[in-house]
Amino acid sequence: MENIEGTIYILGDDINTDDIVPSYTLTMRDPNEMTKHVLEFIDPDFTQKIAQRSIIIGGYNFGTGSSREEAVNVFKILGIKAIIAKSFSRIYFRNLINNGIAAIKCDWDEALFSDGDQVKISIENGIIFNKSKNLNIQYKKLPQFLKEILESGGILNQLKQKLQSN
Amino acid sequence: MSLTITEKIFKKHCQVKNISPGNFIEADIDLIMVHEQLGGRINKEYEKLGIDYVWDPNKIFFILDHWVPAPTINAARMHQDCIKFAEKYNFVHNMGINKGICHQVLPELGFSRPGMLIVGSDSHTTTYGAFNCLSTGIGATDVSVVFATGKLWFLVPESIKVELTGRLNKGVMSKDFILTMIGEISTKGALYKALEFHGTGSSWLSIDSRMTIANMVVEAGAKFGIFLPDEKLKLWLRNRTSQTYEFVKPDEKAEYENDLNYDLSSITPVVAKPSNPGNLASIEEVQGEEIDQAFLGSCTNGRMEDLRIAARILKGKKIHPKTRLIITPASREIFMNAMAEGLIEIFLNAGAVVTHSTCGACIGGHLGVLGPDERCISSTNRNFIGRMGDPTSEIFLASPATVAASALKGKISDPREVL
Repeated sequence: MENIEGTIYILGDDINTDDIVPSYTLTMRDPNEMTKHVLEFIDPDFTQKIAQRSIIIGGYNFGTGSSREEAVNVFKILGIKAIIAKSFSRIYFRNLINNGIAAIKCDWDEALFSDGDQVKISIENGIIFNKSKNLNIQYKKLPQFLKEILESGGILNQLKQKLQSN
Repeated sequence: MSLTITEKIFKKHCQVKNISPGNFIEADIDLIMVHEQLGGRINKEYEKLGIDYVWDPNKIFFILDHWVPAPTINAARMHQDCIKFAEKYNFVHNMGINKGICHQVLPELGFSRPGMLIVGSDSHTTTYGAFNCLSTGIGATDVSVVFATGKLWFLVPESIKVELTGRLNKGVMSKDFILTMIGEISTKGALYKALEFHGTGSSWLSIDSRMTIANMVVEAGAKFGIFLPDEKLKLWLRNRTSQTYEFVKPDEKAEYENDLNYDLSSITPVVAKPSNPGNLASIEEVQGEEIDQAFLGSCTNGRMEDLRIAARILKGKKIHPKTRLIITPASREIFMNAMAEGLIEIFLNAGAVVTHSTCGACIGGHLGVLGPDERCISSTNRNFIGRMGDPTSEIFLASPATVAASALKGKISDPREVL
């Protein structure tokens, strides 16, 4: 699978799905409208700041809370390709992979990442290369079948292919 | 090989012979619950598959509960989208808008039984663990996979044994226990794990109390929260289902990653302060904090025992004039039972607003939304920023007894003093 390259944006611990998609936006019919409100309670300018970034770095328990998949879909709309976090909430982890966004569990500290660093992720090898700091960071590779879901661009693309070939 | 309850149920639902934590398996799903997410994202995801069927319309439980009756045009349109999908794919079990909250109604109608593997489009689907089954929440794409194939991949989790002893004291509820546990192990303390509840303390707990605990295990990150079966469960199920089932107990030598021990008689009233369910404080630390609203309801705590204890506290009294008390029974059945017992009259006489059964206030949707800088003591499960309304509002999570006591005084209060 192709490497993922981009500029990182750093968030903290316990970023929850109500932070990402506030409940009052859930009935909005236009996902682009909903996307304007991403993380607005934490940082009202978040969507502007993330505009040129495609990789989010988070702390522990990223995506905790609801099963609302809008909380992944909005990041997809914003062009996020990968989220690297110290740990993920289990539903959120599945939702990311299922939508073709790389979910990478990796313990990190300030020595490894600073906001705005340029990184390149090799999903194949389980290595994040921080170009800005000239550092190679290893993480436990995703199991093969999850890599395949990512490579298909999400679980439904993969399932569609399977259903068609049967 | 010795197995935990989780491993045993998974083994019955897949082709793999040796189940152990860390294995990825594909399991057959017995039942899937969907609510408004059906018209939110599931319908959009499912369209991508381009198929005109679902694997088994008889194994889908569909209910509208988050925004019922529709408070906005957008919510009404979402309901229309849901219903259109359910009709197109010939869903059999359509609950509509008048039955109540998914996690209460599904068990009431006997859909959750020991040994089953159930998934739902809601993170609090863990609630059915009170009925000795494996149940957990999934997102819209996973729902689509189940709709199409009836199967889903799982990582077999490590299990944590939670040994409960003792009995809860007067004025202390299972909510106080689960908030205490989450505070102690933290919101990431059981990430990806199955919590298995054992012990004499657990068999003392009512089914209502067990549901509250199983409901909130997800706030500690758990995948499942499952109770050992007993006579109490058998009795409960007798009135709810005519289907056969088998109790699932762990093997004596089942392996647990960790053991937690709690003496329920040592638990005291607690709250989770804003804005994290793990932000534990004793009632002594927070009593006297002024509140604008007290909310009693939700899939966590809107059941008969919750309403009964609130009614005991409120009977013949008036709530504080500056405080709103909103009570939302978790289902229509509970609403009707509460009426028959005279509880609703007690609440109305005390000055409470009693609403139709919905997730409304808990998600800041309707029927109890908080304004700027308002404070609410709530029997719900999440106190995230903006969860119940304005982002500057604050939520203290507590037991129904503490909610009722606080409504009386207009400030956070110890229920043991008014019982």
